Amino acid sequence: MAMIRDIFKRNKDSKEATIPTKSAKDVPEGLMTKCPSCKEITLTKDLDKNNKVCPKCDHHFKMTAYERVNSLLDAGSFESMDDHLKSENPLGFPGYTEKVQADSEKTGLNEAVLTGTGQLFGHPIVVAIMDSHFRMGSMGSVVGEKITRAIEAATERKLPFIIFTASGGARMQEGVLSLMQMAKTSVALKRHSNEGLLFVSVLTHPTTGGVSASFASVGDINIAEPKALIGFAGRRVIEQTVREKLPEDFQTAEFLLAHGQLDAVVHRASMKDTLATIVRLHTKGAVTNG
Amino acid sequence: MAKKNGKKTMPFEEPLIQLRTKISELKEYTANAEVDLSSEIKSLEDRFSKLEEEIYENMKPWDRVQVARHPERPTTLDYIPLIFNDFIELHGDRLYGDDEAIVSGIASFHGQPVTIIGHQRGKDTKENVRRNFGMPHPEGYRKALRLMKQAEKFKRPIICLIDTKGAYPGKAAEERGQSEAIARNLVEMAGLEVPVLSIVIGEGGSGGALALGVGNQILMLENSTFSVISPEGAASILWKDSALAQTAAEAMKITAPDLLEMKIIEHMIPEVRGGAHHDPQRQAAIISEAIRRSLAELNGMTAEELIDQRYRKFKSIGVFSE
Repeated sequence: MAMIRDIFKRNKDSKEATIPTKSAKDVPEGLMTKCPSCKEITLTKDLDKNNKVCPKCDHHFKMTAYERVNSLLDAGSFESMDDHLKSENPLGFPGYTEKVQADSEKTGLNEAVLTGTGQLFGHPIVVAIMDSHFRMGSMGSVVGEKITRAIEAATERKLPFIIFTASGGARMQEGVLSLMQMAKTSVALKRHSNEGLLFVSVLTHPTTGGVSASFASVGDINIAEPKALIGFAGRRVIEQTVREKLPEDFQTAEFLLAHGQLDAVVHRASMKDTLATIVRLHTKGAVTNG
Repeated sequence: MAKKNGKKTMPFEEPLIQLRTKISELKEYTANAEVDLSSEIKSLEDRFSKLEEEIYENMKPWDRVQVARHPERPTTLDYIPLIFNDFIELHGDRLYGDDEAIVSGIASFHGQPVTIIGHQRGKDTKENVRRNFGMPHPEGYRKALRLMKQAEKFKRPIICLIDTKGAYPGKAAEERGQSEAIARNLVEMAGLEVPVLSIVIGEGGSGGALALGVGNQILMLENSTFSVISPEGAASILWKDSALAQTAAEAMKITAPDLLEMKIIEHMIPEVRGGAHHDPQRQAAIISEAIRRSLAELNGMTAEELIDQRYRKFKSIGVFSE
């Protein structure tokens, strides 16, 4: 009896243990797009107009860095920086250079983060937007350097810094150099903070590992998109370590909010308004005038 | 596993063990027999010391990984009484609990008050359970930060001893914000107004190690490692085979000589032949001297200079082209 019950239970478990990670691949270039969450089929054109949020179930599709720029910043306000930095292959990993090259061609980015200046309803900001379509958004030397330079530009120009995180963590092929990018971005953030400047971290799906355990978690304000996977260790690693079943919503934005780890979970439709308001509330004189 | 001086030996030491056994067999034989084999014994002993030199002077990355993980390798609590005086352990993060995977407190070093914070693993199962195998929860990192801030208030240097496989990947750790605890330490360590010295004494595993690693100087014991992921983890992700850990240990460049060459660490602290576990007392003296030298360099710096130096150090790490 118990065994029979186990069989049914296991089926249920494996379904629950699945977190959609292939959604990037599941978004075809075609006319219609199927929601990986509710299976609703939507016109791709309509989905794009809806900031890539499923109109039926509110599933937030992954965005490319440029899609994020377009959905967030004032039209034409974005100016990118440090597009000229190029990754090396410091440990000589076979195939690494080619993989970076291929992802660069696929995404039109030099690395897994796009950085620059832009405006939110006229308020100037410095942004960094990670793109999980580029090597899972993993952080190597160039990602660390671009984010650091963006933070420094914000410090120099006395501007708020907003980052959209999407990353599997540190990039293994660059070894300990990747790990040290966590420290590098942190020393830059400390300087920015000491100037009394605002740092908002927006955690999007997925934000894990070394990125979660560095800049992503130390915003003056940390907000996340609904259902985003956020955590330090991977679900499978934890299940193997603690040998217990994890709740279905484990490591989701809502789970983190309930455990006091986030300031808010914000729907993509109101992301721009929310961020603009936060920036305005941290701008001298802007509140009484606005 | 063969024993030598009652210590667990490692595969790369096998030829030495075999030769030593042969020598003692011969010695035993001559003691009871009429034949004089002293010249043979002498030549074997010469060969032994040559072999010993050859093996210990040419340790491969995987050999060092094994030494770094040696169950009898001295831990934070072994070193503290050998290096410092008047140690008083201070417990708890004042928020949730006391994580015994991190030990911290105050002591004096050559008459100078210092704060000591170190990962603490166990040497047997019972202690390992108590210390969670040296893998901290968020409260461990928050205790560390509390004591760093305390050190800053009283203007005393902070000495961090790093020895962990990594931060604990558990359910409770996630619920209490493992990511935030590590991230907070990185940022706050960047701003500390006192000298921070981080010394890797065993394994330096990923973010869980780095959370005590944003120092003005990072020192590594000769047979310690500092890596973004364990060799086993790297092998299973890169080649889907954790048995290739040995290859990964070389490819990932995780040993003290590697990190020194990459200019990520300031100094490598030599170890007694064969590894620190062969003579903890002498090893402690070598570490003590390294601390003395580093503190002499850092003690003269102002708060601003210390923060600036730390900033420049980490800012410059990375390999890319423009």
